[in-house]
Amino acid sequence: MVRITTLALLLAAVPLFVQSNHLLGLFIGVLFSAYLAQSWNILGGLCGQFSFGHAAFFGVGLYSSLILQVDFGWPAPLALVSAAVAGAVAGLFVGFVSFRYGLRGSYFALVTLAFAEILRMTASVVSFTGAGSGKYLPTRLGIEHLQFSKSGYFYFILVLFVLVHLLVLAIQNSRLGARFAAIREDEEAASALGVDVFRYKMIAILISSAVAGVGGCFYGQYYFYTDPHIAFGAAVSIEMLLAPIIGGAGTLFGPIVGAVVLRVAAELGQSLTGGVPGFNLILYGIMVILIVRYMPDGLIGGLRRPWALMRRRPTAATG
Amino acid sequence: MLTTQGLTKRFGGLVAVRDASISANAGDITALIGPNGAGKTTLFATVAGFLKPDAGSVTFGGRDITGMKPHQICDLGMVRTFQIVKPFGKLSVLDNIAVGAYARFPRRQDALAHAAAIGRQVGLGGQLEKIAAGLTVAGRKRLEVARALATSPRLLLLDEVMAGLTPTEIDEIVPIIFGIRDTGVTILLIEHVMQAVMRLSDRAYVLNEGHLIAEGTPQEVVREPAVIEAYLGPGAATRAQSFASRNAS
Repeated sequence: MVRITTLALLLAAVPLFVQSNHLLGLFIGVLFSAYLAQSWNILGGLCGQFSFGHAAFFGVGLYSSLILQVDFGWPAPLALVSAAVAGAVAGLFVGFVSFRYGLRGSYFALVTLAFAEILRMTASVVSFTGAGSGKYLPTRLGIEHLQFSKSGYFYFILVLFVLVHLLVLAIQNSRLGARFAAIREDEEAASALGVDVFRYKMIAILISSAVAGVGGCFYGQYYFYTDPHIAFGAAVSIEMLLAPIIGGAGTLFGPIVGAVVLRVAAELGQSLTGGVPGFNLILYGIMVILIVRYMPDGLIGGLRRPWALMRRRPTAATG
Repeated sequence: MLTTQGLTKRFGGLVAVRDASISANAGDITALIGPNGAGKTTLFATVAGFLKPDAGSVTFGGRDITGMKPHQICDLGMVRTFQIVKPFGKLSVLDNIAVGAYARFPRRQDALAHAAAIGRQVGLGGQLEKIAAGLTVAGRKRLEVARALATSPRLLLLDEVMAGLTPTEIDEIVPIIFGIRDTGVTILLIEHVMQAVMRLSDRAYVLNEGHLIAEGTPQEVVREPAVIEAYLGPGAATRAQSFASRNAS
């Protein structure tokens, strides 16, 4: 709680010192990545259900928000809420068809991946999504339209970022979090101890996908555009799961660390190579291999171990 | 407290449990013994809702619980442990036990306080902050008992909590089990360590190849010829008897 508040206050001061729009954009990108990573972390890290198609929920939120604003004239704040609802509905559907039949591990991952792909292809052919040419949001600056200046967007995503982290913290410190962790560690033992495994997995995917849906809405307000590939493509799914895994899945700060590392690495890679397309993906691949090989608990877990050893040594010497 | 009527469980052509009728009386420690592969764990899993019986019924506290899910059965007050222990490896001992405690105490402080008290009761008081994966075998067995006990059960099913322990460790866990019984918890246990069964249980059932072959006090069942033969092979009972009479004469 204290650490999250401190981090939020420090970040809130960033626009006062950072004048460059490019740098502010980088901050927005990191916060946005961390937000989406945290959404994945609720289902994948806390509850242990690895989704490979979280773009599905992000994309459903993104499209529903844009369509409701553009074609139905809904006010943007209402579209934000509906993005959460749409994400949650998609999540409950995927959850029901997988968890009801006991799919877990790689089978669940494949179902989510397939679901995102189905949505991507559907969005490319049906007309109400704008098919392959995508969907535009007209520019209407103003808080009631959830459209801002660069620093305004920074505070918009900062608020979402803080809220999702407070949510995860609240889950971790409650019965809900304990039961998620029990399911992640051993489903059979959890059910013996009174945990309704199906119900709690559904709760996990409900929260996770609603959060992802809101992330989709933010994307639409920030970039004013989506197409099927942006909304449902594998790139989003992969980034959403890489950041928590690199940083430390199931921890509160792991997704933030992972998002910072990924974004900074991508940015450095771009400037070092003069913008070779796809270079960041090569970097991501190398990082994943190194992390999985040497720090299977992610950077947070990997760094905590030597740190704990260093702190234990003096007491061990006296004892 | 617990009664099964003609419980049968098949796996394909193999009948793991055939027509088993057992009961565990309130306040007793009832043992279920038998050679490896006799179907003891299958009977446990069927009673606790992990497997659906092909025939028969399970009655718990006067209520038919046949076919209920494990978590529902836990809510009613029956909980099992696992022979192959299943610690939540990355969680601390306290958090492990708290998962059980949350079944009765929705609030975090209450659950953690109850979990800590249970941890001390089973002798894990000094290791509450330790990560469960770092416990010894004996510690894991205790943790398995503690988690189940934290759900405040009326009936506790213990599946070989002494397997793999040294004689000293067994001597340490026996009083813990008596202590649990003395707080009013009925216990049904599977056990291979005969010395422990003889000391602990009020009644014993012997299962062999899915059949119940004997029941009574532990002292009675170990003298049954059918039980001796199940453990030592056909003809063993008569050989043992003639050996005993020859020594006597």
